[in-house]
Amino acid sequence: MTTLQAMNEAQIRAALLEILENVAPEADFDELSAGVDVREALDIDSFDFLNVLIALNEQTGVEIPEADYGRLISIDDIVNYVWAKMN
Amino acid sequence: MSEFVMPSLGTDMEAGTLYEWFVKPGDAVQRGDVIASVETAKGVIDIEIFEDGRIDQLLVEPGTEVPVGTPIAVVVGAEPVAAAAVPVPVPAAAEAHPMDQKALVRPSKPEPAHNGKRVRVSPVARKLAEELGVDLSQIVGTGPNGAISRADVEEFQRRGAAAPRVEETAPPSRVEQQPVVEKPAEQPTKAAAQKGSTEFQAAMRRAIAAAMARSNREIPHYYLETRLDMGRPLAWLEAENQKRPIRDRILPVVLLIKATAKALVDVPDLNGYWVDDALRPSEAIHIGFAIALRQGGLVTPAIHHADLKSLEELMAAMSDLIMRTRAGRLRSSELTDATITLTNLGDMGVEKVYGVIYPPQVALVGFGKVMEQPWAVNGLLGVRPVLTVTLAGDHRASDGRRGGQFLDVLAKHLQEPDKL
Repeated sequence: MTTLQAMNEAQIRAALLEILENVAPEADFDELSAGVDVREALDIDSFDFLNVLIALNEQTGVEIPEADYGRLISIDDIVNYVWAKMN
Repeated sequence: MSEFVMPSLGTDMEAGTLYEWFVKPGDAVQRGDVIASVETAKGVIDIEIFEDGRIDQLLVEPGTEVPVGTPIAVVVGAEPVAAAAVPVPVPAAAEAHPMDQKALVRPSKPEPAHNGKRVRVSPVARKLAEELGVDLSQIVGTGPNGAISRADVEEFQRRGAAAPRVEETAPPSRVEQQPVVEKPAEQPTKAAAQKGSTEFQAAMRRAIAAAMARSNREIPHYYLETRLDMGRPLAWLEAENQKRPIRDRILPVVLLIKATAKALVDVPDLNGYWVDDALRPSEAIHIGFAIALRQGGLVTPAIHHADLKSLEELMAAMSDLIMRTRAGRLRSSELTDATITLTNLGDMGVEKVYGVIYPPQVALVGFGKVMEQPWAVNGLLGVRPVLTVTLAGDHRASDGRRGGQFLDVLAKHLQEPDKL
């Protein structure tokens, strides 16, 4: 995890969207309004959610503890959380 | 010498299409080897052999659909006596059900035909045609006996599947003036891919319908439910996961799988099959884990020997099973071996699940969502994470008392998560 390069917010968002697209290929991300519960909107179960966080961890190096899951509702929440942890 | 037959991959399967052979005559095989793959309503399934020996003959060509029970290969046993002693679970399960046997005499689904004649299609060609949405009956094969090859499908697609066949007679100059453009072909391809997926969906729905209708017809279900205080197991798991890197985290459902398996060790009457008017309990505990597919439908492959696996091993087994179920790559034993089914709708807002038993199994355990609820202990009211577990039992095989014992020990095991 030492080779990770610093990412800006836009890059984190792009990485997250790509990961989510792999999980829910049929989803229309343009339709996702800001603040919407992304797990509910994309029908992401706890197994998929864990895989999303693992993939995000691989790209950003940020480990999200289970206790913080409750703060990760929308795409913005996740991006902001990871961004804050990286800095 | 023995015959290897098209296995029944569930009570709902009547026939399967041989997709690919992984062995050829002369090859040595061992019990558990994957020797072929078969296309079913549940995707392409890898078929395992249940004896040691050598492949003598392959009897069925790839692309051929045959009823369950049809010999598809001849195997020469290394030690015929030993081979005969090995139980062959798949055909045994099929034999046990006269209903399924009846299905054997049903004619298999006809292939796309020219003038009512069967047409041979190579599996690669069939797959490609499905992907491209090409109607196989529109293609004239150039292979042996008019078999349709990959090249035939590609040629047909290149000419433009959507275009009427009349165009073949159009002057060549016109064709040259209008070079093949990618775009027009894209539309029908996409629509057809959706059609292929719709047909797969329909086949899966029929398979589920057959199994569930049979269950409701034959199995006198009884239902029990109880509420579990998940405070202790969830707190234990959270502390445990905090010590682990994110890759090694364990999901709460894994605790439920293990507690169910351990409870079945204590109350074995719920684990096994109802065959020939008698309960045949199974010593091995293979938990059929219900996995919903994104596009709809449901598959319940088995997690083998769940009682003997650690939580880490169960998490790994479950992840692997979910991934392969979605990719449509399961092994035959995973589809046939389950001795009980576990369904977990905890990710939805569902509070409790009343399951329908998957015959010939005799029980189904259902878990709902963990919800904060009022909970009284020692005369004091508190708020706890509460999970409702239900048991659907086959009344021919067990009674409410046994079922109650099972739920009781399941709850006790969950309260000792460190021992799971």
